[in-house]
Amino acid sequence: MSHLSPDQIWHLLTKVADPEIPMVSIVDLGIVRQVGLQGNKIILILTPTFSACPALHWIEAQVIDLLRQSGAAEVEVRWSLTPPWSSDWLTPQARQALTRVGIAPPPRHDGRLEVALEQPVSCPYCSSTNTQMKNDFGPTLCRAIYYCHDCHQPFERFKPI
Amino acid sequence: MKTTLQNALADYLLAMADDELILGHRDSEWCGYAPILEEDIAFANLALDEIGHASLWYTLLAELRREDPQTYADQLVFFRQAREYRNIQMVELPPGDWAFSMLRQYLFDAFEQVHLSALRQSRYAPVASAAAKVLTEELYHYRHTSAWVRRLALGTDDSHMRMQKALDALWPYVAQLFVPFTDEPLLLQEGYVPTRSELESQWNAKVTPFLQECALSLPQPSPTRYARDQHTPHLKVLLAEMQSVARLEPGAV
Repeated sequence: MSHLSPDQIWHLLTKVADPEIPMVSIVDLGIVRQVGLQGNKIILILTPTFSACPALHWIEAQVIDLLRQSGAAEVEVRWSLTPPWSSDWLTPQARQALTRVGIAPPPRHDGRLEVALEQPVSCPYCSSTNTQMKNDFGPTLCRAIYYCHDCHQPFERFKPI
Repeated sequence: MKTTLQNALADYLLAMADDELILGHRDSEWCGYAPILEEDIAFANLALDEIGHASLWYTLLAELRREDPQTYADQLVFFRQAREYRNIQMVELPPGDWAFSMLRQYLFDAFEQVHLSALRQSRYAPVASAAAKVLTEELYHYRHTSAWVRRLALGTDDSHMRMQKALDALWPYVAQLFVPFTDEPLLLQEGYVPTRSELESQWNAKVTPFLQECALSLPQPSPTRYARDQHTPHLKVLLAEMQSVARLEPGAV
Protein backbone atom coordinates (compact mmCIF):
# COMPACT_ATOMS: atom_id res chain seq x y z
CA MET A 1 0.00 0.00 0.00
CA SER A 2 1.58 3.27 -1.04
CA HIS A 3 1.36 6.46 0.95
CA LEU A 4 0.39 9.42 -1.18
CA SER A 5 1.79 12.84 -0.43
CA PRO A 6 -0.42 15.94 -0.64
CA ASP A 7 1.36 16.96 -3.86
CA GLN A 8 0.67 13.57 -5.38
CA ILE A 9 -2.95 13.79 -4.34
CA TRP A 10 -3.39 17.25 -5.87
CA HIS A 11 -1.83 15.95 -9.09
CA LEU A 12 -4.17 12.94 -9.15
CA LEU A 13 -7.17 15.20 -8.64
CA THR A 14 -6.33 17.10 -11.83
CA LYS A 15 -7.38 13.89 -13.60
CA VAL A 16 -10.93 14.13 -12.26
CA ALA A 17 -12.91 16.10 -14.81
CA ASP A 18 -16.22 17.84 -14.49
CA PRO A 19 -18.60 15.33 -16.13
CA GLU A 20 -20.49 18.09 -17.97
CA ILE A 21 -17.35 19.96 -19.07
CA PRO A 22 -14.80 17.14 -19.52
CA MET A 23 -11.93 19.41 -20.54
CA VAL A 24 -11.88 21.10 -17.12
CA SER A 25 -10.66 19.37 -13.95
CA ILE A 26 -12.20 19.81 -10.52
CA VAL A 27 -8.94 21.44 -9.46
CA ASP A 28 -9.22 24.05 -12.22
CA LEU A 29 -12.83 24.66 -11.22
CA GLY A 30 -11.76 25.48 -7.68
CA ILE A 31 -13.87 22.66 -6.25
CA VAL A 32 -10.95 21.18 -4.29
CA ARG A 33 -10.25 23.42 -1.31
CA GLN A 34 -7.99 21.37 0.92
CA VAL A 35 -6.04 18.14 0.92
CA GLY A 36 -5.12 16.75 4.33
CA LEU A 37 -3.67 13.61 5.83
CA GLN A 38 -4.61 12.07 9.15
CA GLY A 39 -2.28 9.07 9.45
CA ASN A 40 -3.38 6.73 6.65
CA LYS A 41 -6.56 8.64 6.00
CA ILE A 42 -6.86 11.23 3.26
CA ILE A 43 -9.30 14.01 4.09
CA LEU A 44 -10.46 16.16 1.21
CA ILE A 45 -12.45 19.32 1.53
CA LEU A 46 -14.48 20.07 -1.57
CA THR A 47 -16.93 22.87 -2.20
CA PRO A 48 -20.05 22.73 -4.41
CA THR A 49 -20.20 25.08 -7.40
CA PHE A 50 -24.00 25.17 -7.35
CA SER A 51 -25.78 23.59 -4.36
CA ALA A 52 -28.10 21.46 -6.48
CA CYS A 53 -25.51 20.38 -9.05
CA PRO A 54 -26.23 16.68 -9.69
CA ALA A 55 -22.63 16.11 -10.82
CA LEU A 56 -21.34 16.56 -7.26
CA HIS A 57 -22.23 13.02 -6.16
CA TRP A 58 -20.55 11.65 -9.25
CA ILE A 59 -17.45 13.78 -8.65
CA GLU A 60 -17.21 12.55 -5.05
CA ALA A 61 -17.41 8.93 -6.18
CA GLN A 62 -14.79 9.50 -8.89
CA VAL A 63 -12.40 11.13 -6.43
CA ILE A 64 -12.69 8.30 -3.89
CA ASP A 65 -12.33 5.64 -6.62
CA LEU A 66 -9.27 7.24 -8.15
CA LEU A 67 -7.43 7.71 -4.86
CA ARG A 68 -8.24 4.17 -3.70
CA GLN A 69 -6.97 2.78 -7.01
CA SER A 70 -3.79 4.82 -6.53
CA GLY A 71 -3.17 3.11 -3.19
CA ALA A 72 -4.99 5.24 -0.65
CA ALA A 73 -6.13 3.22 2.39
CA GLU A 74 -8.99 5.47 3.39
CA VAL A 75 -10.51 8.54 1.78
CA GLU A 76 -13.02 10.93 3.34
CA VAL A 77 -14.68 13.72 1.39
CA ARG A 78 -16.18 16.64 3.28
CA TRP A 79 -18.23 19.34 1.57
CA SER A 80 -17.74 22.86 2.81
CA LEU A 81 -19.80 25.98 2.11
CA THR A 82 -17.39 28.36 3.78
CA PRO A 83 -16.57 30.46 1.83
CA PRO A 84 -19.21 29.80 -0.87
CA TRP A 85 -17.80 28.82 -4.25
CA SER A 86 -17.10 31.76 -6.54
CA SER A 87 -16.66 31.62 -10.31
CA ASP A 88 -13.65 33.90 -9.65
CA TRP A 89 -11.86 30.70 -8.58
CA LEU A 90 -11.79 29.33 -12.14
CA THR A 91 -8.11 29.12 -13.15
CA PRO A 92 -6.79 30.65 -16.39
CA GLN A 93 -6.52 27.07 -17.73
CA ALA A 94 -10.21 26.51 -17.00
CA ARG A 95 -11.14 29.75 -18.76
CA GLN A 96 -9.11 28.85 -21.85
CA ALA A 97 -10.56 25.33 -21.97
CA LEU A 98 -14.09 26.71 -21.72
CA THR A 99 -13.50 29.21 -24.52
CA ARG A 100 -12.08 26.47 -26.76
CA VAL A 101 -15.31 24.47 -26.51
CA GLY A 102 -17.58 27.44 -27.10
CA ILE A 103 -18.47 28.34 -23.51
CA ALA A 104 -17.81 31.99 -22.64
CA PRO A 105 -16.02 32.11 -19.28
CA PRO A 106 -17.45 34.35 -16.54
CA PRO A 107 -15.90 37.77 -15.84
CA ARG A 108 -14.12 38.30 -12.52
CA HIS A 109 -16.60 39.96 -10.20
CA ASP A 110 -14.93 40.29 -6.77
CA GLY A 111 -18.31 39.74 -5.11
CA ARG A 112 -20.07 42.46 -7.12
CA LEU A 113 -22.24 40.16 -9.19
CA GLU A 114 -24.78 42.75 -10.33
CA VAL A 115 -21.98 44.89 -11.80
CA ALA A 116 -20.46 41.86 -13.57
CA LEU A 117 -23.84 41.03 -15.08
CA GLU A 118 -23.96 44.43 -16.80
CA GLN A 119 -20.77 43.77 -18.76
CA PRO A 120 -20.96 42.78 -22.44
CA VAL A 121 -20.32 39.12 -23.16
CA SER A 122 -17.69 38.14 -25.70
CA CYS A 123 -18.49 35.42 -28.24
CA PRO A 124 -16.11 32.47 -27.64
CA TYR A 125 -16.01 31.77 -31.40
CA CYS A 126 -15.39 35.21 -32.94
CA SER A 127 -14.77 37.45 -29.88
CA SER A 128 -17.49 39.91 -30.87
CA THR A 129 -19.40 41.64 -28.08
CA ASN A 130 -22.42 42.02 -30.35
CA THR A 131 -24.08 39.27 -28.36
CA GLN A 132 -27.45 38.81 -26.70
CA MET A 133 -28.62 36.81 -23.72
CA LYS A 134 -31.31 34.36 -24.76
CA ASN A 135 -31.85 32.62 -21.46
CA ASP A 136 -30.34 33.14 -18.02
CA PHE A 137 -30.86 29.41 -17.55
CA GLY A 138 -29.39 26.62 -19.61
CA PRO A 139 -28.81 22.88 -19.87
CA THR A 140 -26.98 22.84 -16.54
CA LEU A 141 -27.22 25.09 -13.49
CA CYS A 142 -23.90 26.76 -14.34
CA ARG A 143 -24.65 27.79 -17.93
CA ALA A 144 -26.73 30.48 -19.65
CA ILE A 145 -27.60 30.66 -23.36
CA TYR A 146 -26.42 33.50 -25.63
CA TYR A 147 -26.45 34.34 -29.32
CA CYS A 148 -23.80 36.14 -31.39
CA HIS A 149 -25.20 38.57 -33.94
CA ASP A 150 -21.89 38.74 -35.82
CA CYS A 151 -21.04 35.09 -36.47
CA HIS A 152 -24.68 33.99 -35.99
CA GLN A 153 -23.94 31.17 -33.61
CA PRO A 154 -25.56 30.36 -30.30
CA PHE A 155 -23.15 29.75 -27.44
CA GLU A 156 -23.21 29.01 -23.74
CA ARG A 157 -21.90 31.18 -20.98
CA PHE A 158 -20.57 30.03 -17.63
CA LYS A 159 -22.68 32.00 -15.16
CA PRO A 160 -20.78 34.37 -12.87
CA ILE A 161 -21.59 33.48 -9.26
CA MET B 1 -26.99 23.26 22.95
CA LYS B 2 -30.00 23.28 25.31
CA THR B 3 -32.86 21.04 24.12
CA THR B 4 -35.35 23.91 23.93
CA LEU B 5 -32.99 25.95 21.75
CA GLN B 6 -32.18 22.94 19.59
CA ASN B 7 -35.89 22.23 19.06
CA ALA B 8 -36.56 25.83 18.15
CA LEU B 9 -33.72 25.82 15.61
CA ALA B 10 -34.83 22.46 14.22
CA ASP B 11 -38.37 23.81 13.68
CA TYR B 12 -36.93 26.82 11.85
CA LEU B 13 -34.70 24.70 9.60
CA LEU B 14 -37.54 22.28 8.83
CA ALA B 15 -39.80 25.16 7.82
CA MET B 16 -37.14 26.58 5.49
CA ALA B 17 -36.46 23.19 3.94
CA ASP B 18 -40.15 22.38 3.45
CA ASP B 19 -40.83 25.75 1.79
CA GLU B 20 -38.02 25.10 -0.73
CA LEU B 21 -38.98 21.50 -1.37
CA ILE B 22 -42.67 22.12 -2.02
CA LEU B 23 -41.98 25.20 -4.15
CA GLY B 24 -39.36 23.23 -6.10
CA HIS B 25 -41.90 20.50 -6.71
CA ARG B 26 -44.46 22.99 -8.02
CA ASP B 27 -41.78 24.54 -10.26
CA SER B 28 -41.00 21.10 -11.68
CA GLU B 29 -44.63 20.69 -12.76
CA TRP B 30 -44.00 23.15 -15.63
CA CYS B 31 -41.48 20.73 -17.14
CA GLY B 32 -42.88 19.85 -20.57
CA TYR B 33 -45.73 22.37 -20.26
CA ALA B 34 -44.16 25.83 -20.22
CA PRO B 35 -45.39 28.23 -22.90
CA ILE B 36 -41.95 28.51 -24.55
CA LEU B 37 -38.88 26.26 -24.52
CA GLU B 38 -36.66 28.81 -22.74
CA GLU B 39 -39.07 28.96 -19.83
CA ASP B 40 -39.35 25.19 -19.65
CA ILE B 41 -35.59 25.20 -19.17
CA ALA B 42 -35.77 28.11 -16.74
CA PHE B 43 -38.39 26.46 -14.52
CA ALA B 44 -36.45 23.20 -14.56
CA ASN B 45 -33.41 25.14 -13.30
CA LEU B 46 -35.48 26.94 -10.66
CA ALA B 47 -36.94 23.62 -9.53
CA LEU B 48 -33.53 21.98 -9.27
CA ASP B 49 -32.08 24.95 -7.40
CA GLU B 50 -34.96 25.00 -4.88
CA ILE B 51 -34.72 21.28 -4.26
CA GLY B 52 -30.95 21.65 -3.82
CA HIS B 53 -31.55 24.40 -1.29
CA ALA B 54 -34.07 22.21 0.52
CA SER B 55 -31.40 19.52 0.65
CA LEU B 56 -28.95 21.96 2.25
CA TRP B 57 -31.42 22.88 5.01
CA TYR B 58 -32.44 19.22 5.59
CA THR B 59 -28.71 18.40 5.92
CA LEU B 60 -28.24 21.12 8.54
CA LEU B 61 -31.26 19.70 10.36
CA ALA B 62 -29.78 16.18 10.21
CA GLU B 63 -26.50 17.43 11.67
CA LEU B 64 -28.34 19.30 14.44
CA ARG B 65 -30.41 16.23 15.29
CA ARG B 66 -27.42 13.86 14.91
CA GLU B 67 -29.24 11.89 12.22
CA ASP B 68 -27.55 10.34 9.19
CA PRO B 69 -27.34 13.19 6.63
CA GLN B 70 -27.35 10.64 3.78
CA THR B 71 -30.82 9.30 4.59
CA TYR B 72 -32.59 11.82 6.83
CA ALA B 73 -33.80 14.10 4.05
CA ASP B 74 -35.37 11.18 2.18
CA GLN B 75 -37.12 10.02 5.36
CA LEU B 76 -38.58 13.48 5.92
CA VAL B 77 -39.51 14.14 2.31
CA PHE B 78 -41.03 10.81 1.32
CA PHE B 79 -42.50 9.44 4.52
CA ARG B 80 -44.12 12.32 6.38
CA GLN B 81 -47.85 13.05 6.23
CA ALA B 82 -49.15 16.41 5.07
CA ARG B 83 -49.92 17.52 8.64
CA GLU B 84 -46.23 17.03 9.53
CA TYR B 85 -45.02 19.37 6.84
CA ARG B 86 -44.13 22.94 7.88
CA ASN B 87 -44.20 24.86 4.61
CA ILE B 88 -46.37 27.92 4.06
CA GLN B 89 -49.59 27.43 2.12
CA MET B 90 -48.53 29.75 -0.70
CA VAL B 91 -45.96 27.27 -2.06
CA GLU B 92 -48.30 24.28 -2.05
CA LEU B 93 -50.94 25.91 -4.29
CA PRO B 94 -51.23 24.32 -7.75
CA PRO B 95 -49.36 26.04 -10.63
CA GLY B 96 -52.42 27.86 -12.02
CA ASP B 97 -51.62 29.84 -15.13
CA TRP B 98 -48.25 31.28 -16.10
CA ALA B 99 -48.91 34.62 -14.40
CA PHE B 100 -49.83 32.86 -11.15
CA SER B 101 -46.73 30.66 -11.04
CA MET B 102 -44.43 33.51 -11.99
CA LEU B 103 -45.89 35.88 -9.39
CA ARG B 104 -45.85 33.20 -6.69
CA GLN B 105 -42.18 32.53 -7.44
CA TYR B 106 -41.42 36.28 -7.45
CA LEU B 107 -43.10 36.87 -4.08
CA PHE B 108 -41.11 34.01 -2.56
CA ASP B 109 -37.87 35.03 -4.32
CA ALA B 110 -38.23 38.53 -2.85
CA PHE B 111 -38.65 36.93 0.57
CA GLU B 112 -35.51 34.85 0.04
CA GLN B 113 -33.55 37.99 -0.83
CA VAL B 114 -34.37 39.64 2.52
CA HIS B 115 -34.39 36.45 4.60
CA LEU B 116 -31.09 35.02 3.34
CA SER B 117 -29.38 38.41 3.52
CA ALA B 118 -30.32 38.55 7.20
CA LEU B 119 -29.35 34.92 7.85
CA ARG B 120 -25.82 35.60 6.59
CA GLN B 121 -25.36 37.36 9.93
CA SER B 122 -26.64 34.39 11.94
CA ARG B 123 -24.50 33.49 14.95
CA TYR B 124 -25.17 29.83 14.14
CA ALA B 125 -22.29 29.35 11.71
CA PRO B 126 -23.76 26.55 9.56
CA VAL B 127 -26.85 28.68 8.85
CA ALA B 128 -24.72 31.74 8.01
CA SER B 129 -22.61 29.70 5.54
CA ALA B 130 -25.58 28.02 3.89
CA ALA B 131 -27.42 31.34 3.58
CA ALA B 132 -24.42 32.98 1.88
CA LYS B 133 -24.23 30.11 -0.61
CA VAL B 134 -27.93 30.02 -1.42
CA LEU B 135 -28.12 33.81 -1.80
CA THR B 136 -25.56 33.78 -4.64
CA GLU B 137 -27.81 31.42 -6.59
CA GLU B 138 -31.04 33.17 -5.68
CA LEU B 139 -29.98 36.37 -7.45
CA TYR B 140 -30.69 34.69 -10.79
CA HIS B 141 -34.15 33.65 -9.56
CA TYR B 142 -35.07 37.15 -8.48
CA ARG B 143 -33.84 38.73 -11.73
CA HIS B 144 -35.80 36.25 -13.80
CA THR B 145 -39.11 36.35 -11.97
CA SER B 146 -39.17 40.11 -11.39
CA ALA B 147 -38.50 40.62 -15.13
CA TRP B 148 -41.41 38.32 -16.01
CA VAL B 149 -43.81 39.91 -13.53
CA ARG B 150 -43.02 43.32 -15.03
CA ARG B 151 -43.26 42.01 -18.61
CA LEU B 152 -46.67 40.47 -18.02
CA ALA B 153 -48.06 43.27 -15.84
CA LEU B 154 -47.08 45.95 -18.35
CA GLY B 155 -47.75 43.80 -21.43
CA THR B 156 -51.10 43.35 -23.10
CA ASP B 157 -54.53 43.91 -21.53
CA ASP B 158 -54.84 40.14 -21.21
CA SER B 159 -51.46 39.62 -19.55
CA HIS B 160 -52.10 42.54 -17.18
CA MET B 161 -55.52 41.18 -16.23
CA ARG B 162 -54.05 37.74 -15.52
CA MET B 163 -51.25 39.21 -13.43
CA GLN B 164 -53.73 41.29 -11.40
CA LYS B 165 -55.89 38.21 -10.91
CA ALA B 166 -52.83 36.30 -9.73
CA LEU B 167 -51.96 39.05 -7.25
CA ASP B 168 -55.52 39.12 -5.90
CA ALA B 169 -55.37 35.33 -5.44
CA LEU B 170 -51.89 35.21 -3.86
CA TRP B 171 -51.92 38.25 -1.57
CA PRO B 172 -53.99 36.61 1.23
CA TYR B 173 -51.28 33.92 1.52
CA VAL B 174 -48.39 36.33 1.96
CA ALA B 175 -49.14 37.08 5.62
CA GLN B 176 -48.18 33.54 6.61
CA LEU B 177 -44.55 34.23 5.65
CA PHE B 178 -44.37 36.64 8.58
CA VAL B 179 -46.07 34.66 11.35
CA PRO B 180 -43.53 34.38 14.18
CA PHE B 181 -42.42 30.89 15.17
CA THR B 182 -43.53 29.74 18.62
CA ASP B 183 -40.02 29.66 20.08
CA GLU B 184 -38.63 32.54 18.09
CA PRO B 185 -37.56 34.51 21.23
CA LEU B 186 -35.05 31.72 22.04
CA LEU B 187 -33.52 31.99 18.57
CA LEU B 188 -33.50 35.79 18.66
CA GLN B 189 -31.73 35.77 22.01
CA GLU B 190 -28.88 33.75 20.50
CA GLY B 191 -28.74 35.90 17.37
CA TYR B 192 -29.54 32.90 15.19
CA VAL B 193 -32.37 34.45 13.13
CA PRO B 194 -33.92 37.85 12.31
CA THR B 195 -37.41 38.79 13.58
CA ARG B 196 -40.39 38.13 11.34
CA SER B 197 -41.51 41.75 11.71
CA GLU B 198 -38.11 42.96 10.44
CA LEU B 199 -38.45 40.63 7.47
CA GLU B 200 -41.98 41.85 6.83
CA SER B 201 -40.97 45.53 6.62
CA GLN B 202 -37.96 44.75 4.42
CA TRP B 203 -40.09 42.60 2.15
CA ASN B 204 -42.81 45.23 1.89
CA ALA B 205 -40.22 47.92 1.14
CA LYS B 206 -38.99 45.79 -1.74
CA VAL B 207 -42.21 44.39 -3.15
CA THR B 208 -44.78 47.19 -2.76
CA PRO B 209 -43.01 49.82 -4.91
CA PHE B 210 -42.17 47.15 -7.48
CA LEU B 211 -45.79 46.02 -7.84
CA GLN B 212 -46.88 49.66 -8.06
CA GLU B 213 -44.33 50.24 -10.86
CA CYS B 214 -46.02 47.30 -12.55
CA ALA B 215 -49.32 49.21 -12.40
CA LEU B 216 -50.83 46.52 -10.19
CA SER B 217 -53.35 47.32 -7.47
CA LEU B 218 -52.42 45.96 -4.08
CA PRO B 219 -55.27 44.02 -2.49
CA GLN B 220 -56.19 44.58 1.13
CA PRO B 221 -53.86 42.71 3.49
CA SER B 222 -55.31 39.51 4.87
CA PRO B 223 -56.20 39.52 8.57
CA THR B 224 -55.82 35.74 8.80
CA ARG B 225 -52.44 34.39 9.78
CA TYR B 226 -52.28 30.62 9.67
CA ALA B 227 -49.69 28.60 11.58
CA ARG B 228 -47.38 26.43 9.51
CA ASP B 229 -49.01 23.18 10.53
CA GLN B 230 -52.22 24.26 8.77
CA HIS B 231 -52.38 23.25 5.15
CA THR B 232 -54.74 23.48 2.21
CA PRO B 233 -56.17 20.25 0.70
CA HIS B 234 -53.64 20.72 -2.14
CA LEU B 235 -50.69 19.46 -0.09
CA LYS B 236 -52.16 15.98 0.38
CA VAL B 237 -52.65 15.67 -3.37
CA LEU B 238 -49.12 16.90 -4.07
CA LEU B 239 -47.57 14.47 -1.58
CA ALA B 240 -49.64 11.53 -2.85
CA GLU B 241 -47.96 11.97 -6.20
CA MET B 242 -44.50 12.98 -4.96
CA GLN B 243 -44.25 10.15 -2.42
CA SER B 244 -45.94 7.44 -4.48
CA VAL B 245 -42.84 5.74 -5.86
CA ALA B 246 -40.88 5.80 -2.59
CA ARG B 247 -43.85 4.42 -0.67
CA LEU B 248 -44.26 1.51 -3.10
CA GLU B 249 -40.93 0.14 -1.97
CA PRO B 250 -39.67 1.79 1.22
CA GLY B 251 -35.95 1.21 1.70
CA ALA B 252 -35.28 0.95 -2.03
CA VAL B 253 -32.35 2.90 -3.42
